[in-house]
Amino acid sequence: MTSTESLIDRRQLAYIASQAADARLNVELETEGMTLNIGPQHPATHGTLRIIAHLDGEQVVWAEPSCGYMHRGYEKLTEVRTYPQVTSLVNRIDWLGSFANEVPFILAAEKLMGIEAPPRAQWIRTILFELSRIANVSLFLGDLGVQLGAVTPVFMAFRDREHVLNLIEATTGGRFHPNFDRIGGLKDDLPAGFIDETRAVMKTLRNFCTEMEDLLFGNEIFQSRTRGIGVIPKDIAMQYGLSGANLRASGVDWDLRRDQSLPMAWDKVDWKVWTHPDGDSFARCWIRLQEVRESTLIVDQLLNNIPSGPVMAKVPRIIKVPEGEAWVSTENPLGEMGYYVVSKGDLGPFRTKIRSASFNNISIVPWILKGVYVPDIITILASLYFILGDIDR
Amino acid sequence: MSSTDTPIAEIPGDTLRERIVDDLRAHIGADLVDSLVKPGDDVWVRVSTDAWRRAGVALRDMGFEYFCFLSAIDWMPSPFGKGEDDPTAPPPERDDTVKQGYAGGATRLQVLARLVHPTLHVGVNIKCDVSDSEPVVESWVSVFAGANWHEREAHEMFGIGFAGHPDLRNMYLPTEFEGHPLRKDFPLLARMVKPWPGIVDVEPMPGGSADEEGDAE
Amino acid sequence: MNALLAADLPYWVQSLLRVLGGLVAVLLPAGTIVYLFLFKMMSFMQSRLGPMEAGPYGSMQLFAEVGKWLQKEDITPARADRTIFKIAPLVVLASTFLLVAVVPFGPDAWFTNFEAGVFYMLAVSSVSVLGILIAGWSSANKYSLLGGLRAAGQLIAYELPMVLAVIGVIIQAGTMNLQGIVVAQNGGEIFGWNGLGNPYILTQFTGFIIFMIAVQAELTQTPFDMPIAESELVSGYMTEYSGFRFLTFFIAEFATAGVFSLIASVLFLGGWGVPFAWFDWKSIDDISDWMNVVGPLIMFTKMMVLAFVIMWVRFSYPRFREDQLQRFAWKVLIPISLVNIMITAILKVAF
Repeated sequence: MTSTESLIDRRQLAYIASQAADARLNVELETEGMTLNIGPQHPATHGTLRIIAHLDGEQVVWAEPSCGYMHRGYEKLTEVRTYPQVTSLVNRIDWLGSFANEVPFILAAEKLMGIEAPPRAQWIRTILFELSRIANVSLFLGDLGVQLGAVTPVFMAFRDREHVLNLIEATTGGRFHPNFDRIGGLKDDLPAGFIDETRAVMKTLRNFCTEMEDLLFGNEIFQSRTRGIGVIPKDIAMQYGLSGANLRASGVDWDLRRDQSLPMAWDKVDWKVWTHPDGDSFARCWIRLQEVRESTLIVDQLLNNIPSGPVMAKVPRIIKVPEGEAWVSTENPLGEMGYYVVSKGDLGPFRTKIRSASFNNISIVPWILKGVYVPDIITILASLYFILGDIDR
Repeated sequence: MSSTDTPIAEIPGDTLRERIVDDLRAHIGADLVDSLVKPGDDVWVRVSTDAWRRAGVALRDMGFEYFCFLSAIDWMPSPFGKGEDDPTAPPPERDDTVKQGYAGGATRLQVLARLVHPTLHVGVNIKCDVSDSEPVVESWVSVFAGANWHEREAHEMFGIGFAGHPDLRNMYLPTEFEGHPLRKDFPLLARMVKPWPGIVDVEPMPGGSADEEGDAE
Repeated sequence: MNALLAADLPYWVQSLLRVLGGLVAVLLPAGTIVYLFLFKMMSFMQSRLGPMEAGPYGSMQLFAEVGKWLQKEDITPARADRTIFKIAPLVVLASTFLLVAVVPFGPDAWFTNFEAGVFYMLAVSSVSVLGILIAGWSSANKYSLLGGLRAAGQLIAYELPMVLAVIGVIIQAGTMNLQGIVVAQNGGEIFGWNGLGNPYILTQFTGFIIFMIAVQAELTQTPFDMPIAESELVSGYMTEYSGFRFLTFFIAEFATAGVFSLIASVLFLGGWGVPFAWFDWKSIDDISDWMNVVGPLIMFTKMMVLAFVIMWVRFSYPRFREDQLQRFAWKVLIPISLVNIMITAILKVAF
């Protein structure tokens, strides 16, 4: 064997040895992923959403929501109920803004029957719709603080939401599940003193919005936690069917209250659709804050010119809806909520597809949570704003 | 009940909707099987099963970029009625002819989706037949990313397969669950055990006297 | 010196008194902070009443809470490292007791008059990190683990600004003895005017702010409460603790808040002292014995003010993210405190 050969051998050996050392080092430095279950029981999930997050350190490699812990099968249940009975089911979809769930279903049934509620009923419906939006979103604003570690806002939210719930209770008799909407109108008229009381409450709520702006939205830590976090571009938002404030925060000027003609009173008053170009968590929260304020203004204007008259149209004693299909969606507190009602001329719907806002809003989660940090999971989920009943139905 | 025969040209919204159908026909040709335009209300189109994905792409290119929902309908009348009957009694005779809704159809199961134009604010309800023997249509996930969950839901609730879907796991039900709950032949067990008393509406309606339309019971 | 104790009492009585004094010095501030600030002030800030049933204005609520915690079952997770899991809360509480040992409450009312008191204080305060880290690790829970790791990273990052903030005080006082620092402040003068002494909050204002921020982080109070982070990590390193052991963590948290407020008042607010010029005292030996009674009360008042600030911030702010916290410590606090040290040193030489 010549010396050059042995030299090559020795080089090769050295090379192999160095590779082995590198490999050992890599094995030692290699980090192992960790799977973290956020939920089903967790302080940050409203209800029982479970997020399975695979982490590298504190960074999310992938995350996958797991739904179904609260699936109640409403679509199946509607098939064995009569039309008036369905409202008590759909009340429980988005339980924070219950009245708003009833409206699109009733509107769909009315559309199929070819009737329309009298003007006063439309007005009161709109007022109650906006009140439930205020009740729902003001709680979101408070809850947002808790998700980000500030405990105080949530108590203020509960304090002021109580006034709104009192109004809803005074009118409908139920704080959370009014079940007040009827095909052809409403169960009852407004109680005495409702208008003055509501005006005062709307003022309180506007103060609450200002308070939130000062306490939370102006806070630098809050801004640094939400700005630039969870950015959803316009086209992605459209593809996933995001709706409501989540869509408007991505710069899409879209509000179903304005963009379609429904037998409701929104087109009778003057109000503004807020959009934000950023598409990040801050934008989503900010839009919601503005919407609460805008809703109080809508209610104020509606109170100024409620028409008089009956609150119930002439409808048959037994409601049979003619054969047909109808789609009605409204701009609910959480986003677009729609019902695709198929009727076979029966007492109850043949099939109801419930298109709830949170289902679409949360379906973007696997896309948006890639590569964020654990605290940002909470921020993003809080800003997307879901209610579990609205995902699972 | 295909396209309406009422004159519709006067109302501006209808020319718009008619044009949508014409546009779609220009894109996918004869695969647009049937259509229905309700003046000032909505559009229903039915495409052939093979063209399901192509129709989605065409509509997206036409500007219907907003994915609203995707689901399915089982047109078979429920063999169990509404659960108002006594479960111990022999089952009553029921009409079991399958009758499809707007824009027609030939099969028991249909896939239904809705897309919306973000600036015109006009939606299109698009349907397609799903064969009974092999209930599979092409997946829309590559067209609309948001279709992912909706297809998973339709898969577990109706047993419709979506070819090309990355991950057709159950969304709500346990993995070992058998059956497809939203199919009409899936019994609602609670109703099987006990008739539901609530099916009779006995609440007097406000605004109208009870004797107006005849008594309920 | 220390006439009260050393002169006429046997050694074991002295030791007993010191232990009792230590317990009082730790538990009394903790109890007061929890009741006054956590129960009542927080409630008023959040437009609610807080506990009202136990005793007048809920003043006995604290005892009810303690009783409740003591009754609860002491659960150890099956996979936990049992011994270490059980020790962890005690380690955290021990660091609080070790801290209070060097705090002077009066001219003679101290537990140890340690020459390098500041050094000892800074060293001992990081013992609690150990407790938190082992609590997080031994719980066999992913939330706890993340919480423990966050706590370790955070407490180490904020140890440094705290040390650097205190250095300014040491340079100015010329001693590391806490008693000496109190005397230097109260015996000092501002440009020849000695009506107020020279509390270092005036000259070391930057240091004071940095120290308080670092304290906030050491205590894992809200803008820096990522180790607990209720909405993310359930309860962080405390997730698996129940009953008595959770109570220990809870006491340690608020007792440490009290002790750090005491230390901050010693370092920056003149501690137990009143300006010596008011009574024509020249040095610590001139001080009358009644200061041993009044001194602790003065200390307690100052402690309450500082603890109020800590709690106030806690109830008003949202929480940082872990990387933002680290960036804040390393890129903002540490450079500022280094500059502060430099300026203090230059001025010390100049004047």
